[in-house]
Amino acid sequence: MSYGDAAPSLANIDLSVATGEFVSIVGPSGCGKSTLLRLVAGLRTATTGELTINDGLPHHSSTKAAFVFQEPNLLPWRTVAGNIRLPLELDGSNQSLPKASSDDLIKETIRRIGLAPHDASKRPSQLSGGMKMRVSLARALVTDPQIMLLDEPFAALDDILRQQLNEELQRLWWDKRWTGLFVTHNVSEAVFLSQRVLVMSQSPGTILESINVPFGFPRSPELRAEPEFARLTGLVSTHLRRAAAGETGSPSASTLEGTA
Amino acid sequence: MTIDHPRSRTSRVLRTVAPPLILLVALLGLWQFSVWWFDLKPFLVPSPVRVATAAMATFSKLAAATRVSAAAALSGFAASLVTGVVIAFFFSQSRLIRISCYPYAIFLQTVPIVAIAPLVINWFGSGFRSIVIITFVISLFPIITSTTTGMTAIDPQLLDLFRLNRASRWQIWLKLRLPNAVPHLITGARTSSGLSVVGALVGEYFAGFGVNDYGLGFLIGRNTSQMRTDELFAAVIASTLLGITIFGTVSIVGAFILNRWYDAR
Repeated sequence: MSYGDAAPSLANIDLSVATGEFVSIVGPSGCGKSTLLRLVAGLRTATTGELTINDGLPHHSSTKAAFVFQEPNLLPWRTVAGNIRLPLELDGSNQSLPKASSDDLIKETIRRIGLAPHDASKRPSQLSGGMKMRVSLARALVTDPQIMLLDEPFAALDDILRQQLNEELQRLWWDKRWTGLFVTHNVSEAVFLSQRVLVMSQSPGTILESINVPFGFPRSPELRAEPEFARLTGLVSTHLRRAAAGETGSPSASTLEGTA
Repeated sequence: MTIDHPRSRTSRVLRTVAPPLILLVALLGLWQFSVWWFDLKPFLVPSPVRVATAAMATFSKLAAATRVSAAAALSGFAASLVTGVVIAFFFSQSRLIRISCYPYAIFLQTVPIVAIAPLVINWFGSGFRSIVIITFVISLFPIITSTTTGMTAIDPQLLDLFRLNRASRWQIWLKLRLPNAVPHLITGARTSSGLSVVGALVGEYFAGFGVNDYGLGFLIGRNTSQMRTDELFAAVIASTLLGITIFGTVSIVGAFILNRWYDAR
């Protein structure tokens, strides 16, 4: 699959993600990670090649996909509950849902995402950055999606908050086992969350390396202190540096994996 | 310890309100003194006391004229509010309509109202209707431009969010473009509300009205031609107060809407 005409921003992307798998994508800025995510979401269309979700095209697929942006993108004129309700109001297939049961669903989602019940009536301006991101996650989860596309959702948060939200995101994924595609610049975050980390190179963007993360689930915060965790983040970082330097996939990369 | 108890708040209000009030009294005193010192003729510069006396003597006439002007200004303003939002809706729905019409909307905004007023009176006759139309014309364009901006300057990520959730065109307008335009609309409405008083007075100045039924614009014109400068000053002060009242009310309502239904900042 490729995307873009004159100078394709993505080329030779050959990737399959299993149902219920959590995959992170790391890569230098401008390598097309976000574009790839938008292609999967059906917000862009590939120039050549094929992209299927459960054997359907992204925008025709009956599979529910939710997108979480880098910015919380909350509607300032809506309360927390109102923002979370938005996808239920918009998508015709949710219209059958009675008001009372959608209210319950919103309450339940607010609880699951780690917000207090009284936060429901707050406005986005009254929330901290981390809380806004939780609301943004809740808005994505409320439709009970089969696929979650996350485009650097925690990039603007400080490190401790990021780690906390990583742990909660992992718990949420483990609960429902949606398929997760997670774009990030943060190697430790990618390793902590994923079963597989993809390293992308730039111009044209392509997948350089796929690294399996063998840790079991659920993962505890202490995992970050283990030597194997450090070895894997080190490995991903090495590939990432190579990607940034403009080297394309090579046998030496897999040799490195063997020897590291 | 409480810092914000009522007494200290009262004294803070006093400290903000007192200086301009003291200045006003000083200026009025200076004005009164200058009229006496330089022996200024009342038909050129009437003293404040004379203006106040004239205002009191003609109070019912002044109040009636203010009511007529207020009715014209508010009617024209209300019409411009509704029409402006409808036009902005069409501008936000079609790029072709927008790029074809928008330059003229901006261009027409710069045409001085005094240049159009006689033409409107030619078409619609001398009376309340013409005055409302003139008011409407001057108030309309700030509403169109600000609301169109609010409906079209949407964060592309929010549009993506709506598309991802398979929102219809109508849903995007109703749940994204319209609420996004509210703060812009309020800014436009404040500008328009001030202009509506200008429109009403200019219209009345040209269109006049009957002997018993007239607004402040007509009163100002008649007082000028009859050299009743003290009554003229009273009418000018009344129109200023009318302008402040309408602008202030729209501003307060706007601030209330933003606080209640929008992001309280």
